Amino acid sequence: MDFVNMTVERSNVQLSKTDFESDQMVKWCPGCGAHAILAAVERVFPKIGYRKENFCIISGIGCSSRFPYYVNTYGIHGIHGRAAAISTGVKIANPRLSVWMATGDGDSLAIGGNHFIHVIRRNVDINILLFNNQIYGLTKGQYSPTTPMGKVTKTSPQGTIEHPFTVGELVMGAQGTFFARVPDNNINLMTDAMFEAARHDGTSIIEIMQNCIIFADKAHSNITGKDVKDEAMLVLKNGEPMLFGKNHEKGIILHDTHLEVAEIGKNGITLDDILVHDQYNQDPGIHLMLAKLAPPQFPMVFGVIRSAMYPTYDDLVGEQIKYARETSNIRNVDDLLNSGDTWEI
Amino acid sequence: MAKKKRPVVEREDVVVKFVGDSGDGMQLIGNMFSDVAALIGNDLATFPDFPAEIRAPQNTVAGVSGFQVHMGSSKIFTTGDLVDVLVAMNPASLKANLKWAKKGATILTDTDAFEEKAIEKAGYKQDPLLDNTLAGYNLIKAPLTTLTKESLKELGVDNKTAERSKNMFALGILYFIFNRDLKPSFHYFEQKFKKKPELIQTNKIVLQAGYNYAETIEAIESVIQVAPATMTKGRYRNITGNIATAWGLLAASEKSGRPLFLGSYPITPATDILIELAKYKSLGAKVFQAEDEIAGICSAIGASYAGSLACTSTSGPGLSLKCEAIGLAVMTELPLVIVNVQRGGPSTGLPTKSEQSDLYQALFGRNGECPVIVIAASTAENCFYYAYEAAKLSLEHMTPVILLTDGYLGFGSTLFRIPKMADMPPINPPIAKPNDPEYKPYKRDPETLARQWAIPGTEGLRHRIGGLEKEDIIGTVSTDPLNHQKMVDYRAAKVEKVADFIPDQVIDGSPEGELLAVSWGGTYGAVHSAVKKLQNEGKSISHAHFHHIMPLPKNTEKVLKGFKKIVVCELNSGQFVNYLRMKFPMPNFYQFNKVQGLPFMINELTEKFNQLLEEK
Repeated sequence: MDFVNMTVERSNVQLSKTDFESDQMVKWCPGCGAHAILAAVERVFPKIGYRKENFCIISGIGCSSRFPYYVNTYGIHGIHGRAAAISTGVKIANPRLSVWMATGDGDSLAIGGNHFIHVIRRNVDINILLFNNQIYGLTKGQYSPTTPMGKVTKTSPQGTIEHPFTVGELVMGAQGTFFARVPDNNINLMTDAMFEAARHDGTSIIEIMQNCIIFADKAHSNITGKDVKDEAMLVLKNGEPMLFGKNHEKGIILHDTHLEVAEIGKNGITLDDILVHDQYNQDPGIHLMLAKLAPPQFPMVFGVIRSAMYPTYDDLVGEQIKYARETSNIRNVDDLLNSGDTWEI
Repeated sequence: MAKKKRPVVEREDVVVKFVGDSGDGMQLIGNMFSDVAALIGNDLATFPDFPAEIRAPQNTVAGVSGFQVHMGSSKIFTTGDLVDVLVAMNPASLKANLKWAKKGATILTDTDAFEEKAIEKAGYKQDPLLDNTLAGYNLIKAPLTTLTKESLKELGVDNKTAERSKNMFALGILYFIFNRDLKPSFHYFEQKFKKKPELIQTNKIVLQAGYNYAETIEAIESVIQVAPATMTKGRYRNITGNIATAWGLLAASEKSGRPLFLGSYPITPATDILIELAKYKSLGAKVFQAEDEIAGICSAIGASYAGSLACTSTSGPGLSLKCEAIGLAVMTELPLVIVNVQRGGPSTGLPTKSEQSDLYQALFGRNGECPVIVIAASTAENCFYYAYEAAKLSLEHMTPVILLTDGYLGFGSTLFRIPKMADMPPINPPIAKPNDPEYKPYKRDPETLARQWAIPGTEGLRHRIGGLEKEDIIGTVSTDPLNHQKMVDYRAAKVEKVADFIPDQVIDGSPEGELLAVSWGGTYGAVHSAVKKLQNEGKSISHAHFHHIMPLPKNTEKVLKGFKKIVVCELNSGQFVNYLRMKFPMPNFYQFNKVQGLPFMINELTEKFNQLLEEK
């Protein structure tokens, strides 16, 4: 486990799950997908290897955003939609912190949409856990920017008339450098993505297809359900062909300028025709196409879709300060006060 | 025309205003003229007056850009009500500014610019230089454009460059009128145009030509001398309020050892603070230009949690957008400096004009019981000290502070006696020690009621804060009714306790009498000058100018009770007076208000004061 990011100080003792358990009662509904996300975070934080005091969890408002209270780290439960802006300030002020953000589809894609796209565009080195349950849960069941069109909710009694966002498409439109999608019912996929997000220098978005058992139950079960997942989910692994199906007999191929599903052994298709996943490719073209795939024509793609290397905002801030310190003749405030035109009376 | 020696007229103070089209270079010659005045030891105050548009249509009143200088041989408190010398480069600028000229003022115009079309565009029916519009003024009519071109003939400068240099010709004439040395300006050209040596020569020739021309014309009968002012010894510089604010924050950062973070979004008239701080990365300042006002303050809250001296700068509409986040900073009890450079409102209002109408917003503009410290600077120069104090109070008392300045202070400049950092008061934020077994997120210092600042990364202090109400001392989420009452009371008492740490309110004049003039913020100079004038006439009037608004100084009630009448003068409809009425219900409050995007004039204040003194 070697890390690219050496900015954050490492722990000199082996940490465990108990180091991150908070003494607060977890107040999510029984059966809520958020419990599994909490379990994944408690499992992955000790493995990342940073000092426990260097973790900081920031959130906005909503069910997802109670997260900081349930993990024993530094943290701020912020205001609605603004977690990305608060996280940006924390990370710029102290790049030695490992900053994690817990947010939802309403928090980050509706009220906080502006901060969400701009933190991604700047590539501030924070890790965003986006709990996508396609509904406003804490306010009890209104449609969100990811609710499928036509869905009946409390504020859309005749069905929504809005086109939903696809999170991955939005992330890549904002020049995102890291995007992963995971289901809340597979802790290994979640922890793998979280681990890779920690390793990635830059803004990492993990879209977690989370189930809201009360207001949008089974919203994702046509994809992540046990009975359909072999056909409806494609789990990516870097360097490996993009296969799915019960016996991995199907795969994704590039035909002209678009992706297609092909079956190995049919129409002369062999394993060599199947696209091999390159999550580190700087060109987001294939990544974007993968993020948009959805049933019924395609499986939905899971795992780390994109993880491209670009300079981070916080590193560039540090470099500019370092350069200015080396070259400027204004080294303290007395220098500043006496700079330029001054005269003695 | 023969040169002749002019008699010298001594003046205690003079107001000069340069006006012209947006592209005529009025700001430049205004600044150069002020710098020379400062160099010979005059005290001075300046104010640029420009339209909100970058280049409004040429030759229209909307496109007039101006720069006013008030210089004197004694302390200067305002940029001056009426103008002694007006330089008007075109008909529109004359039209817009003649009302500010004193009777008998000297007016210099470029006759070349007074052609039919421009006269019509300015809204004049006929040439104001030819009818009796300017009767009673001392008019200097000079074909500045033609003369400038002539002076540059030998140099072979192209017509466009020559035309653009006419502002220097006008400045040359002014230098003659004020008996100024040209050398400092020559030196300035040499510095400014190092990379374009041809411009050094051009500007020198035109400036000298203007000076020589003035020496030969009949219209200038005497030259004006403004003697150096007697000022406290020291090293001086010129400073605008916005730059002083930025520097005050840098000074507080250095003194407190807390790195500076500014999260801001550009907005007139506060943008200069953002621009200024962006220059000083060498001092470790981290300046984040956010995607909007809300991100500006929220990033600052994040930076504050992480241990920075965190600030956000804005103007009225921006403060509206930040209100919810200020509530978060109040609830999380984090230090945060919010600078509001007030402008005319509501809504977009008058972006480039000054007003004091955000006081209610600063005091009350949030949901819930949400007190913050509010302080206000009163001169361009003391923006430095009040920005420093805002940071000190915020860091030491663990609470947001709103610093109110205004467009008039922010854009205006005064002389600034340069302080030494060693003389600035210490700043000691209550930072929690690593592994302190006693640490609790909402445990309070009994003297200040401030909680401790446990900075992420510190060993043994992991904790969560947030916008939900927290349990006293331990800081976990709580909806307990009595706990909420207690925390509301603590947050209010913490801000009220700041009164123990700020100076008493000062009265300028006798502590008892007929009339107390009360003011706050950028109106100090005008109110002070008006009060002084009446005091010199022997009238029973004193002045109390407030810098600390929330909390008020402890002796405020005593100060107010010493007078039969109190008149509160504000550039709003009466926000401070109503605040005082609420705090000290007394029947003798009067108010004087103006909401025109313009500063107070001294004579309108004296008129009001006299009226109140005469009425029984």
